[in-house]
Amino acid sequence: MSIFLNENSKVIVQGITGGEGTKHSTKMLAAGTNIVGGVNARKAGTTVEIGGKSLPVFGTVEEAMKETGANVSVAFVPPKFTKDAVIEAIDAEIPLLVIITEGVPVHDSAYFWAHAVAKGNKTRIIGPNCPGIISPGKSNAGIIPADIAGAGKIGLVSKSGTLTYQMMYELREIGFSTAIGIGGDPVIGTTHIDALEAFEADPETAAIVMIGEIGGDAEERAAAYIKEHVTKPVVGYVAGFTAPEGKTMGHAGAIVSGSAGTAQAKKEALEAAGVKVGKTPSETADLMREIIAGL
Amino acid sequence: MDLYEYQAKDLFAAHGVPVLPGKTVETAEDAKAAAAELGTAVVVKAQVKVGGRGKAGGVKLAETPDEAAEKATAILGLDIKGHTVHRVLVTTASDIAEEYYFSFLLDRSNRTFLAMASAEGGMEIEQLAVERPDALARIPIDAIVGVDKAKAVDILTQAKFPAVVIDDAADAVVKLWETFVSEDATLVEVNPLVRDPQDKIIALDGKVTLDDNAEFRHPDHAALVDQRTENALEAKAKAKGLNYVKLDDGQVGIIGNGAGLVMSTLDVVAYAGEKHGGVKPANFLDIGGGASAQVMADGLDVILGDPDVKAVFVNVFGGITACDAVATGIVEALKILGDSATKPLVVRLDGNNVVEGRKILDDANHPLVTQVDTMDNAADKAAELAHAGA
Repeated sequence: MSIFLNENSKVIVQGITGGEGTKHSTKMLAAGTNIVGGVNARKAGTTVEIGGKSLPVFGTVEEAMKETGANVSVAFVPPKFTKDAVIEAIDAEIPLLVIITEGVPVHDSAYFWAHAVAKGNKTRIIGPNCPGIISPGKSNAGIIPADIAGAGKIGLVSKSGTLTYQMMYELREIGFSTAIGIGGDPVIGTTHIDALEAFEADPETAAIVMIGEIGGDAEERAAAYIKEHVTKPVVGYVAGFTAPEGKTMGHAGAIVSGSAGTAQAKKEALEAAGVKVGKTPSETADLMREIIAGL
Repeated sequence: MDLYEYQAKDLFAAHGVPVLPGKTVETAEDAKAAAAELGTAVVVKAQVKVGGRGKAGGVKLAETPDEAAEKATAILGLDIKGHTVHRVLVTTASDIAEEYYFSFLLDRSNRTFLAMASAEGGMEIEQLAVERPDALARIPIDAIVGVDKAKAVDILTQAKFPAVVIDDAADAVVKLWETFVSEDATLVEVNPLVRDPQDKIIALDGKVTLDDNAEFRHPDHAALVDQRTENALEAKAKAKGLNYVKLDDGQVGIIGNGAGLVMSTLDVVAYAGEKHGGVKPANFLDIGGGASAQVMADGLDVILGDPDVKAVFVNVFGGITACDAVATGIVEALKILGDSATKPLVVRLDGNNVVEGRKILDDANHPLVTQVDTMDNAADKAAELAHAGA
């Protein structure tokens, strides 16, 4: 099964003609993603040659969906233009939108989130400032390297891109149903809870790794959700125990404000919900191996 | 970026939020002149980005210009919770009839904005939220709809502001919302918002946090950065476009790729340090996805320039980046740095093209470089070397 993304996903790329868009479209195609076209208003009607494939460029997401049947968009759009690109995708009611872009102003993210809500949440948004989502062997929407790990029974949800890669690498012998990087911004679309809910319902997922980091209270709320609703085993990891108060640690959302958003509080909340939390990524992977061995 | 009170009030004034006249100065002499110019009793206020200034002796009333000079002398140079006072704001003293609290902020949990208001001002908001939660109104704001006069009146009514000030205060609230949105702020706080004896509303203090991601549409915000209190190493890293945060009391310099992995590296080093004399990470440095030789050299240059650092841990997982490119970067960086590189480097490479990457470092056989296969063992080695070098 996998969650959110599968072999039937038809992907378009917003910003396909830009440097990052072209580079990662090539990699996605190589990983077997069914990319059916791109969007760039200024190059509508042209085609681009990517990875030996000739892809049509459309003026709008709506047009691209109508012509190709696309149901996923991956956006590689500069921060300045991200808000408009996202609103366009929401208005076209694309089922899944993955926003890779880092550096989107939070007023823009809050605005497009409000817009998505007002439009009835027909578009699942992942990101911004995320590596995207991969269902190994089926489809890859974003920048997660497809060759780290293959298909298997672990579901992974993480705020961080590189910790996603690290954890996939550590557990590559088991493999993943879906790995999803939800992003390190203060306002994001898909949350830990959304992913946990979907993994719980996914018959191919046997156990879940959840990776969090300092800032906000998403991990605490995920812990409360796990306690109530998740029957599958969950292991956790939280980054940022040594982060000083009031400093942004790389990700816009990774900041301890006063006594709020600390790694310690998140770890304690997860443990109170029965989640085993590793002290290091490797120890977390060991915990998962033990769980899988005991299933 | 957090602003100083005077910078926050400058933004308030520019957007029409009522504030009292004042001037920011750096000497007692200028404080005297500022007080004389204002021609009223003044308040001399320490400009530091930390709460609790009043209790720390950083806010004082002065009846005359001479007294203003005296108070400024007492306040300038004070250490308030680790922040040295370099500037004071000299501002007209106001008679206060009542104090209130007001703020707009980002509500991460609900992915929207929040207005917080209370008719009981004058205490720290964290304290108010704990001790008098019923006195604090929390009202979600739709990011699309925003705050107009009617909404502002609604917020203040829910916060039980007295009827006599609601109209004036609502005007101020609308202008605070304008400040919040048009400056791309994530926090705009007025504590206290006061009513004077003539029932006029005044923002007596101000706290503003600006969104660094929105810098591209606010070229004027760059001028608000305080070069003086910026850490020298952080300033150097920033000039080179590096994402660097200096940590106190650390001995292990850290370089990695990706914010999450670097945060994790700091933790793993601190954990390993428990077995090696309690050494700690000295910094956060994320060199991002494309670790070119130049970026690696810039990063190493900043970290080796930190006298606290006794050993460096380079922790890279090759996702998009290939390990051979990173290894080449390290070798080239050490060439660029030459004799200025003197501290041991522990390198852990994993992921994309790891075999090639490790071979490049093996072949270069640089005397300062030790390769370790796993993150946990590499952190242990780096902690051990830092402890030995301390």
